[in-house]
Amino acid sequence: MSNTQNADTKLIEVNNLKMHFPIYSGLFRRHTGSVKAVDGVSFDIYDGETLGLVGESGCGKSTCGRAILRLYDITNGKISIDGDEIGDTPQKDLRTKRPTMQMVFQDPQASLNPRMTVQAIIQEPLDEHTKLSKNEKRNKVHDLMDQVGLNRKFAGRYPHAFSGGQRQRIGIARALALNPKFIVCDEPIAALDVSIQAQVVNLLEDLQKEYGLTYLFISHDLSMVRHIASRVAVMYLGKIVELAPRETLYSAPLHPYTKALLSAVPEPDPELHDTMKRTVLTGDVPSPANPPKGCNFCTRCPAVMDICQKNEPEYREVLPGRFVACHHYKDVTTIADSTAASEASDQQSLSNTNNTTN
Amino acid sequence: MPDGAQPILDVRGLKTVFKIRDGEVHAVNDVSFDLKPGELLGVVGESGSGKSVTMMSLLGLLPTPPAEIRCGSVMFDGQDLLKIDAETLRNVRGGKIGFVFQDPMTSLNPVYNVGMQIMEPLRKHMGMSKKDATLRAQELLELVGIPDAPQRLKDYPHQFSGGMRQRVMIAIALACDPQVLIADEPTTALDVTIQAQILELMKELQERLGMAVIWITHDLGVVAGIADRVVVMYGGQIVEQAPTRELFKNPQHPYTRALLKTVPRVLGKREDRLQVIEGQPPILGASPTACPFRDRCDVAFSRCAQENPVRYKVGNGHDAACFYDARNKGPRNV
Repeated sequence: MSNTQNADTKLIEVNNLKMHFPIYSGLFRRHTGSVKAVDGVSFDIYDGETLGLVGESGCGKSTCGRAILRLYDITNGKISIDGDEIGDTPQKDLRTKRPTMQMVFQDPQASLNPRMTVQAIIQEPLDEHTKLSKNEKRNKVHDLMDQVGLNRKFAGRYPHAFSGGQRQRIGIARALALNPKFIVCDEPIAALDVSIQAQVVNLLEDLQKEYGLTYLFISHDLSMVRHIASRVAVMYLGKIVELAPRETLYSAPLHPYTKALLSAVPEPDPELHDTMKRTVLTGDVPSPANPPKGCNFCTRCPAVMDICQKNEPEYREVLPGRFVACHHYKDVTTIADSTAASEASDQQSLSNTNNTTN
Repeated sequence: MPDGAQPILDVRGLKTVFKIRDGEVHAVNDVSFDLKPGELLGVVGESGSGKSVTMMSLLGLLPTPPAEIRCGSVMFDGQDLLKIDAETLRNVRGGKIGFVFQDPMTSLNPVYNVGMQIMEPLRKHMGMSKKDATLRAQELLELVGIPDAPQRLKDYPHQFSGGMRQRVMIAIALACDPQVLIADEPTTALDVTIQAQILELMKELQERLGMAVIWITHDLGVVAGIADRVVVMYGGQIVEQAPTRELFKNPQHPYTRALLKTVPRVLGKREDRLQVIEGQPPILGASPTACPFRDRCDVAFSRCAQENPVRYKVGNGHDAACFYDARNKGPRNV
């Protein structure tokens, strides 16, 4: 990863991306509100890196990934891929850009047409976007199958004849067919067994090294994201609450949500469970159709303050490369500041719990 | 839990077979384990390892045919659950043994309100009046941490979130004060922060009510946090069984060892490359004549392809079904 990473070039720039889905209700199907699935998200992805996007279900991470590829007509915002602005490009003009950006879907069962052979599935992007001859296409498909570790003898079989891990490999081969630069991996391992997940993740890493690919890796599995991503963005209710390089995010998380999320991951080590300090969040994620006033996280935040229920915190770069949207880090400019603010927020959560129990 | 206590549930040599068009699928193969009072037993395995089918067989929840429980015994409360008639079994199920299923979205009936569904076992098993059952249902909802219980009883499943629905499922399972609770992947469909809530709740309830719990999961992290003892299943068999700390510190079966290495962690050192268990899980078919893990095993030798190992004792309360002795780094002397 690091050897192919070109730290200076931004491949993807997302600016204030909004994706709202309208709600129609009543007799006349009036537009009565919207589900703010993605509500003002900004980040960059550097050439050759993997950006992890984590969050709970319903936080808008998949919608975000799909919106970046313009699988939706976005509500607002700018998306630039490889220097081209595609935020408001009409769908028909996007076709020429599609080969550079591809997607691997979550459910390998549903994302492959059961009536097409593996050959036809992997070849479909070639049919659409290239003028290769039949023979060239067949060879290309065979090469792709070799790369993702599928036996090329199986090209004539249908998806049902493959296991979940192998089906995900078919999906990856299809995404690779047009030599893309950027691939959105939307929970590519969520539907797989534990012992198969590692195989697919290693394959994705090998392909990245070989072709200098850039990934947006969407997942709810924090431990797997720590493994594959070089930087990680944490989403909550349509907004990014924290974005930081991998090691700093996992060793010294700033946002109270990131802290709670990390402490909720069960570690396969009984000793750790005795010593670890856990923050168990109460309640559920609010509805994105009706987000709370102020900070989106204020209803569940252990370190909530009065200001959190009134004003929305600004998402800003508190330290070089570290973005946080939280009132606790409002005035932070140095590392010492951030540690102090982080401790202050922990203190706040302690006093909050004491207040509620008394 | 005291060692040597009489097990409350004792499963011996359970074998479940599914009949299919051209042959049989041996989904559960000679599975034996016991459950002590007040103990939390974790059952770990990948999909298709037979963990759910084992639990369904011992409660008679599998449709027969195609399923057939070929042999074995399940001793509970002085009777063999596999031999008693359907009526008696129905009294045990949902009464003395509670069950929580994986998917809280599909295991509640969408056309009845939640109160009806919690009261159903109370009225059927305990013969409670409607009034008593309502009161008890309120208590149960409060027990599992659902606020505003009297109002919530009138709500329908779709008005609850995933985590809340799973709490309702737990309330139903706990309704008749079961001695044993079987939870089949109860947190798999939930988010991590909600999973943490449910795990916390279960641990607390188990301590307070003193019941024995069987917790089925594929997540080693979950087991590490809550189980007293762990059973690892692979290919329809139990391959290793040990107290939790012993299992994580000192795994003896190559599958358990590999599984522990293949999951990345959130804390501690980050591996540059994930360890991989090569190959695919076995496709269950006819009765196995060899070790189901041999094709993916890094220490397999000739004997592994000839015989299916039984579980050998490797430590205090610790056994593993493997011909290779990981302590002496050589074939086991058996």
